[in-house]
Amino acid sequence: MNYKLIFSVSFSLLRARWKQTLIAAIGVTFSITMFIALLSFMTGLNGLLDGLILNRTPHVRIYNDIKPTKNQPVNVSGTYKDYHNFIRSVKSPSARQEIFNSGAVMDAIRRDDRVAGLAPKIIAPVFFTAGTIDITGVVNGIDVQAESSLFHFNDYIVAGKAIDLKNVPNSIILGKGVADKLLAEPGDVVQVTTSQGDIMPLKVVGYFQSGLQDFDKVQCYASINTAQKLLGKPNNYITDIQVKLKDLNQAPMVAKEYGALFDADTEDIQTANSQFETGSFIRTLISYSVGITLLIVAGFGIYNILNMMIYEKMDTIAILKATGFSGRDVNRIFIVIALTIGLAGGLVGLVFGFGLSAIIDQIPFRTPALPTITTFPVNYNPAFYLIGAVFSLVTTYFAGYFPARKASKVDPVVIIRGK
Amino acid sequence: MSNVILQTSHINKYFHDPVTVPVLNDLSMSVDKGEFVSVVGKSGCGKSTLLYILSTMDTDYEGQLWIDQDLITGKKEKELARIRNEKIGFVFQFHYLLNEFSVLKNVMLPGLKLNQYSESEIEHRAMERLRMLHMEDLALKNANQLSGGQKQRVAIARALINDPAIIMGDEPTGNLDKKNGEIVFDIFQELAVHYHQTLLIVTHDPEFAARTNRIIEMEDGRIIRQ
Repeated sequence: MNYKLIFSVSFSLLRARWKQTLIAAIGVTFSITMFIALLSFMTGLNGLLDGLILNRTPHVRIYNDIKPTKNQPVNVSGTYKDYHNFIRSVKSPSARQEIFNSGAVMDAIRRDDRVAGLAPKIIAPVFFTAGTIDITGVVNGIDVQAESSLFHFNDYIVAGKAIDLKNVPNSIILGKGVADKLLAEPGDVVQVTTSQGDIMPLKVVGYFQSGLQDFDKVQCYASINTAQKLLGKPNNYITDIQVKLKDLNQAPMVAKEYGALFDADTEDIQTANSQFETGSFIRTLISYSVGITLLIVAGFGIYNILNMMIYEKMDTIAILKATGFSGRDVNRIFIVIALTIGLAGGLVGLVFGFGLSAIIDQIPFRTPALPTITTFPVNYNPAFYLIGAVFSLVTTYFAGYFPARKASKVDPVVIIRGK
Repeated sequence: MSNVILQTSHINKYFHDPVTVPVLNDLSMSVDKGEFVSVVGKSGCGKSTLLYILSTMDTDYEGQLWIDQDLITGKKEKELARIRNEKIGFVFQFHYLLNEFSVLKNVMLPGLKLNQYSESEIEHRAMERLRMLHMEDLALKNANQLSGGQKQRVAIARALINDPAIIMGDEPTGNLDKKNGEIVFDIFQELAVHYHQTLLIVTHDPEFAARTNRIIEMEDGRIIRQ
């Protein structure tokens, strides 16, 4: 097969109709550009929105829930084993919320290969006293360094420094919403009342703003030691262990395993945040649908232009066939034309798509809900460029396939006789 | 027998649209090597139809066709294309050249398709043929910049590029004025005499036909004189 000849004939036909060729190629360029920009932007946004929750959510959380004992004594007793035991009005025991033997548990988890890191936490519901009003809140006792490195705690501090929690004794970082209600500024002292009724003054060292209003109106942070002091507990008191895994998908399995191993309640990220995965999935699906629709529309453009070209070039096709080109050669010529349009348009589209993404990436995007974001988020994933390139070739191939088949079936006798 | 370039035996052809009409009726003929044959007859007598069957482009017929001792009937489209490329040179009435290409490239195309020689050799052969027809000055012009007579001469050069067994023409002078028609005829004459090129030309110009070696006269799908 003489491909050089096929290419030379194809390019001559392209040159003879370069305006239409250009329009067809621009169609592909436009759709690929939009495909790339749309997907980059949408997945960037997805990442941002997911990050709002997922970045701060431990992959596996170990805690002790308040709930009635599963095996009531009468069920455990051998005497009544074969009986139906009806027990009413069961109450939760006044069990400790702390994780039992927390130091050993944390050591065991740290030794696990699958674990990227862990951060202990104490959750203490409190009241903030502002004049005559009590505002409910939650003080999270955290290990600032672990929290920052694993869950991006630093990113959400809008005033003050996270590390001050550790350096300043009896300090607290208030949620922005809480701070607004208390009219407290860094340096002020707020009165905190625990559920046991103990009152303790804490010094405000900064504000925390996650972007979720409801969250910021309640959540405050203190160091673990401060929280232990607040609750009047010893320094091995931990209510939560937050584990970050190397592979997020292992979370449900690891959670189950730890639950059994440490005799505690566990929760994995998939269960805790299933709605976010659904949201991301739907958004990605929509982006892909729109992008692929654009490409298919461009494919129809190419189909039209090639069809027109074949009608215009009937004479040429007839002469080519009369002088010895087979139907297959003619078919190949038009497929090459289609793929050339696809390839050229697609390549320019990829470059433009990258350019458009880069421009979107520069557009200022400031919102009080997202303190760390200054421009629109863009995800420069090479996979989009690969998909765009493959898809531009595939659609143009199919757009060229039918016109090319038609051209290959042109009967030279009809054309030559017809004049 | 070895001298026969083109032979048909009992060719029948019908048109089926809108009703079945016989166009060619039990047609047998042969053309020897080096002959300059013209096919004449009234409009609608089937001479063009015959030419398209002989040129392998029309395969919807009954009977047999041999070109260069080779049975053509029943071959596949791809093989027929190869035979047209290698064995047959075409000169049409209207369809001359491809406007997308230069004169030289037009002449070269069937040669490039045959792919027997290198590109530079084909270019050399194309220039040789253009020179033979005194068209070498126009080689690099675009095909659509030429006059009708010039185009027809380039078409003849193209027909010659692969040293075909036979050149077929469908009213090659029909669309030309007297003077250009004369030039084209002289070229055919020269090809026949000097190069012993076999030619089969369909024409309705009796003057043209009278000057050829042999006239095949057709009427109502039959050969009435050959």
